Amino acid sequence: MSTATDIDSRVLLLAPGDNVAIARCDLASGTVLVVQGQRVTLRDRILTGHKFAFRAVAQGERILKYSAPIGRAICAIEPGETMHLHNIASDYIPTYTLDEGHEFPGEHTHDH
Amino acid sequence: MTIEAWLRTDGRKGIRNVVAVAYLVECAHHVAREVTYPYREGGAHLIGFPGCFPNAYSHKMLERLCTHPNVGAVLLVSLGCEGFNKGRLLETIRESGRPVKLLVIQETGGTRSTIAEGQAWVAQTLQQLEHTPRAPMEIDELVVGTICGGSDATSGLTANPAMGRAFDFLVEQNATCIFEETGELIGMEHWMAERAQHPALGEEIVKAVAKAAKYYAAYGHASIGPGNADGGLTTIEEKSLGAYAKSGQSTISGIIKPGDVPVGGGLYLLDVVPDGEPRFGFPNISDNAEIAELIACGSHVILFSTGRGSVVGSAISPVIKVCANPDTFRRLADDMDVDAGRILEGRASLDEVGREIHDLVIDVANGGQTRSEVLGHQEFILTYKSFEPLGPACFPSAA
Repeated sequence: MSTATDIDSRVLLLAPGDNVAIARCDLASGTVLVVQGQRVTLRDRILTGHKFAFRAVAQGERILKYSAPIGRAICAIEPGETMHLHNIASDYIPTYTLDEGHEFPGEHTHDH
Repeated sequence: MTIEAWLRTDGRKGIRNVVAVAYLVECAHHVAREVTYPYREGGAHLIGFPGCFPNAYSHKMLERLCTHPNVGAVLLVSLGCEGFNKGRLLETIRESGRPVKLLVIQETGGTRSTIAEGQAWVAQTLQQLEHTPRAPMEIDELVVGTICGGSDATSGLTANPAMGRAFDFLVEQNATCIFEETGELIGMEHWMAERAQHPALGEEIVKAVAKAAKYYAAYGHASIGPGNADGGLTTIEEKSLGAYAKSGQSTISGIIKPGDVPVGGGLYLLDVVPDGEPRFGFPNISDNAEIAELIACGSHVILFSTGRGSVVGSAISPVIKVCANPDTFRRLADDMDVDAGRILEGRASLDEVGREIHDLVIDVANGGQTRSEVLGHQEFILTYKSFEPLGPACFPSAA
């Protein structure tokens, strides 16, 4: 847990080199926060434990949480944006979701 | 701190005194369940294997579970024509000194008479187990397993690192601590390798995780589901990072596979992903499959962290639920033993919750009931798998 004074008490930065910040509670879109001394305005609602960018993240950049790589940015991410499966992907194996169009190996394409 | 345990004739010590009722094929499941039902709050727990075809893994699992130190006696329920080697299992249990009985439905007159005979045996055996000798048990004789289920983005921030602290406290006292799910440690392999007691073990850890990644890739997706994503987890690496925190900071002493009981205290990684080419489906079809494996490795008690809110317990060994998410705790408080979400809200430190979990392990080992025990949870599942024996590098070095 960060003990730095240059961070809002509603936010966690798990390691100094991380490019994700974590909400300690539900945060509304438009909330203004300070992370690593930088002001950032949330562009999305961030739920408890979820992640957001506090600085610009380039497409292809490694996402670091607690100094560990947790995947890569699949598009450019603006400061204040939520970081989730629409802009981060695994370097190992894709994540299974209930989204339309996800198919399992051996499953046939549906006509409907 | 000393625990008052039950002493088995094989010298092992248990923290519960259970009569296990085991069905040896799905066809005997109903009869075994009916036998257990009236006694389920009195110490009879239902376990079993549904498959009709013999399999070395499932045989070893039932052997280890039926001779687990928390188990005082065993009733085996067979249909009669299944492939399970019931004679060998019966003999293993008998050699351990436990009271054991085999009922074969086809030879006992069918459903009604087998249930009657089984219930009579369970009732009489539960009374007999009341006379099991007690013995003091030190913390270095305790085996504790850990698992996370229904994870969300808070799991890796609160409950898992707090359980990791509890593991550190226990390993300092030379308890045996087991963490698992190599498929949920993908991305953490090099960090774990650096914590291995010797370099060859580090290489085995990297290999075990690579095997898991290959296995899951063959099934098209990682061990991360829609609920995890709704809870704020994105990739398997992120879920792994949270899961990894359960292991604490101690040196990793060895790798084990399901049913291997570690010799000597320390921190062990349980490799739950089958060896060889992917077959028999997903490595673990649900959390209780892993809990059963942790118990087969000797775990007296299980630490289970959850963010989304799992309610499960287990047959044989008590499950302590550590709730990671403060909102989930408020919704499901009746099912939770520890409120680790206090860490996120600044109401407790990781060390405080870690100490609380450690103390609760001792309390539960001394007979304190977990929430899942109070609520009657005794989930159990066992499916097909296959494993090769451990290599020499998987064990703690002699030095």
